[in-house]
Amino acid sequence: MSEQTMIPILNSMFRFQYEPAQNCHVLLFPEGMVKLNDSASEIIKLIDGNSSVEQIVKLLAAKFPEAGDLTDDVAGFLITAVEKKWVHYGS
Amino acid sequence: MAVNQLSETQQKVGPPLWLLAELTYDCPLHCPYCSNPTELGDKKHELSTKQWLKVLTEARAMGAVQLGFSGGEPLLRKDLEIMVKHGRELGFYTNLITSGIGLTEKRIAKLKKAGLDHIQISFQGADPEVNDAIAGRGNAYQQKFKMAQAVKAQGYPMVLNFVISKQNINQMADILRLSCELEADYVELATAQYYGWAYHNRDHLLPSQEELVEAERIVNEFRQQQQGKGPQFIFVTPDYYEERPKTCMNGWGSTFLTVTPDGSALPCHSAKMLPLKFPNVKDKSIDDIWRKDFSFDYFRGDSWMPQPCQSCDEKEKDFGGCRCQAFMLTGDMHKTDPVCSKSPDHHLIEQAITNAKTPSAPLIMRVNDPQEIARIKL
Ligand code: SF4
Ligand code: SF4
Repeated sequence: MSEQTMIPILNSMFRFQYEPAQNCHVLLFPEGMVKLNDSASEIIKLIDGNSSVEQIVKLLAAKFPEAGDLTDDVAGFLITAVEKKWVHYGS
Repeated sequence: MAVNQLSETQQKVGPPLWLLAELTYDCPLHCPYCSNPTELGDKKHELSTKQWLKVLTEARAMGAVQLGFSGGEPLLRKDLEIMVKHGRELGFYTNLITSGIGLTEKRIAKLKKAGLDHIQISFQGADPEVNDAIAGRGNAYQQKFKMAQAVKAQGYPMVLNFVISKQNINQMADILRLSCELEADYVELATAQYYGWAYHNRDHLLPSQEELVEAERIVNEFRQQQQGKGPQFIFVTPDYYEERPKTCMNGWGSTFLTVTPDGSALPCHSAKMLPLKFPNVKDKSIDDIWRKDFSFDYFRGDSWMPQPCQSCDEKEKDFGGCRCQAFMLTGDMHKTDPVCSKSPDHHLIEQAITNAKTPSAPLIMRVNDPQEIARIKL
């Protein structure tokens, strides 16, 4: 299986939501919170446990046509997200 | 200052991000390291369900996002599920901080249904003997062990909290193994903080520097073998052995809001001991308390700071340390935290470290009724 067809899944430890008081999306976990920038939250929004990396890139391209090819950006974010245990890959 | 005018620090203050709801001081355990006040107040002044729900609503409206239910033992409140449900519906991340005593598989399921996000269970040691001696209750270990398994089986993220003291610091390797066996997500290995009961028992609890160095070495070695798998261990040494104080609560009145069982609102869970008049949620809204109350603004900024803090270039980092510690040790809550090596009172800390080598007073177990002070030799 190539990296593009793998399916990222948000770890159940984390809850993703919009925080009006912070004016941004956040990940919540036991006794903690990380604030996310816009591009990170746009990617996480599309991590639904069904879509592959490839599909997520396509969906982003459709949403932000002016952004160009986002393959590398998504890959870069996913490396961080896996490192921080926000995300793992389903089989 | 005109009545309606806000001070400079009041204008700048952000929302309280953390709400700690201390639902009751009642507790089935008797840990001598307990940081609850030694005078627990009267149970009949405890907030009602309705009053708690209002606190949650108001704090969330301001932007609070983490909600901790603690105590004492929060499971003793029969209405815990109602509060969890309300908190979750408001958008809080809901944390239950429990001793595990009184938990059942059924209650874990009910709490899950109500929307509870995470459960933290405290352990007093790595085996029944040590654990139950510290907790002052038979079979506590067994119950905690079973409930930790049930918490994971029901899909919760789980934090284990080991309060480290002389009594259990030599069990570090076993504590790490136990945490792996129970599949904890995070494990706090935090030396007791010397407030409340723990302050009385400090000489008995405070480990020696050698013991701490060895314990930390064991944890670091274990971490290296983990290769990113298993629990994440967080080791917290007592600030008594540091050169600089800890940053108290991320800054007074900046992030944390504690509400005690009787409704007192505090910038930190031990602040009640200070000679300041703290507001009560029965009389004022959370917004008024956070933004306008005198006590919450009292140690914001740095204009209150005496020397050496006032002219210190590290004051933005630690805000002069812990106000409660300064008060307990020197009798003056404004003073530089004696933990700081620049503090003129630093010898008090050195004295405490020396005293801990040969405790003179007996160890006192925590009791709910001051009449029944139990003295147990560990
Ligand atoms: S520290 Fe021990 S006695 Fe104190 S509240 Fe926690 S479990 Fe109860
Ligand atoms: S003197 Fe005060 S501000 Fe400076 S490091 Fe010590 S406690 Fe912190």
